[in-house]
Amino acid sequence: MVYTKRTDGRKMDQLRPIKAEVGIIPNADGSALFAYGDTVAIAGVYGPKHLHPQHLQNPEKCTIRCNYNMLPFSVTERARPGPNRRSKEIALITENALSTVVDLDRFPGTVIDVEIVILQANASTRCAGINAAAMALAHAGIVMKELVSSVSIGKIDDKIVTDITKEEEDHDLGGGATDIPFTICSNSKKIVHLQLDGKIPTKRFNEAIDAAISACEKINQYQIRALKGEKIDENK
Amino acid sequence: MKINSVRIPNINKRKIIESLGKNKRLNNRGLLDYRDMNIELGISKNAEGSARVKIGKTEIIAGVKLSTQEPYPDHEDEGTMSVFMEFSPLCGERYESGPPKIDSIEIARIVDRGIRESGFIDWKALCIKKNEKVWSIMVDIYCINDDGNILDASSMAAIAALQSAYFPRYDEKEEKVKFGEFTKNKLPLTKNIPFQMTFYEIKENLLLDADREEEDISNGRFTITLSQPKNEKIINALQKGGKSAFSSQEINLMIENSEKIYDTYFLKIDNQIKKLIKTKN
Repeated sequence: MVYTKRTDGRKMDQLRPIKAEVGIIPNADGSALFAYGDTVAIAGVYGPKHLHPQHLQNPEKCTIRCNYNMLPFSVTERARPGPNRRSKEIALITENALSTVVDLDRFPGTVIDVEIVILQANASTRCAGINAAAMALAHAGIVMKELVSSVSIGKIDDKIVTDITKEEEDHDLGGGATDIPFTICSNSKKIVHLQLDGKIPTKRFNEAIDAAISACEKINQYQIRALKGEKIDENK
Repeated sequence: MKINSVRIPNINKRKIIESLGKNKRLNNRGLLDYRDMNIELGISKNAEGSARVKIGKTEIIAGVKLSTQEPYPDHEDEGTMSVFMEFSPLCGERYESGPPKIDSIEIARIVDRGIRESGFIDWKALCIKKNEKVWSIMVDIYCINDDGNILDASSMAAIAALQSAYFPRYDEKEEKVKFGEFTKNKLPLTKNIPFQMTFYEIKENLLLDADREEEDISNGRFTITLSQPKNEKIINALQKGGKSAFSSQEINLMIENSEKIYDTYFLKIDNQIKKLIKTKN
């Protein structure tokens, strides 16, 4: 069977309804919520602050420390609470992506803690998490060279689709499902995070990059609107 | 996980104690008043039941997941429940990531006791097959923003989440739970809904629902969980916390006050939850 129509009726390059908001956690220096449809991520930022233990300090640069936490009830079958290998990897790639855009030279020896919590999961949780984290950093007033936006592009059967859902991720007919999460800078369009899980012919990879860039441009607009104080909720 | 490097400034401490001397709180609340509360249900679609409770700036979310397990040998026809509580490091600068420490373990255990001992859950109705299979209820509580009195907010969120929960489908042939497919069956809950309240002691003043600063100053706390199955109020759980001593008069006073607080707040909160459940259906 050829994948001609998406299971939720979206166009191939259409994002799910977006929810975006900043300032959701009063205690945090910066905080944000970002949701792709049923995937809801929140992020809180604390810092720049003193880094303990001292031997972790970098006298030349600020360190970004990420945590990614999927709540036990965010998935269909309860997930064991606490960190696991998957969450550690996602925290690392998030750290790497954010470190490229934050002006780290400004705050030598300090740390910025970025906490990402997934409240509800339906694929692309890492992308929603990175989007929320980038907004939270900006909301905290931390100097950044540019924003980053993240989206997962999929190859379902032989179609390149934007922002895939769990149902699409599990598609096993025809060419199967390939998940390609991207994180792209808003101005320079540099790719600061890229993963791939599945199979895609080398000749078609360009299509995925193009789809990612155009999706990230849209997401960037949502992020900016939310940072200006708008509460975006397209579900309504 | 909590780190202890964050302390409250002495000047705030003095101010709070000073005004308590005049029977006043800095936030203009009465000593036995809760802050504004807000309850939301169904905050996470994949959970069997979920709730968000805000008390002032304190925000707690709780989710209920159901699965099956073998019953305990001494309760061969009764379901089980476990309550977990965690301070997510995003809830305040004093928290770091790490496995739950004793502060969150204590909260989970107090909430668990109140729910268990009140008879809120009909354990026998959670039995699928005696000696072989029963439902197990997992309640996960997370702090999203800590502005004091996490204890009561956690209990409220857990109880609201339980009330909003629906069973997932159980395939009798495969003897397996079909996660993600919800039935219309609610949890077997009774009318003995527990209501938990915590008093914080600051220089011999006993105040309800302390905010972050008040909680930091207080030396001791006392948690009371009441339910009212018939005309009489029953104490289902007590916990003295912190490093201070209470006299028996103080304990009696708190128990007396807890009955009044129950009368003022319980129905209000319960009606709000019932209304939210109705509008959801």
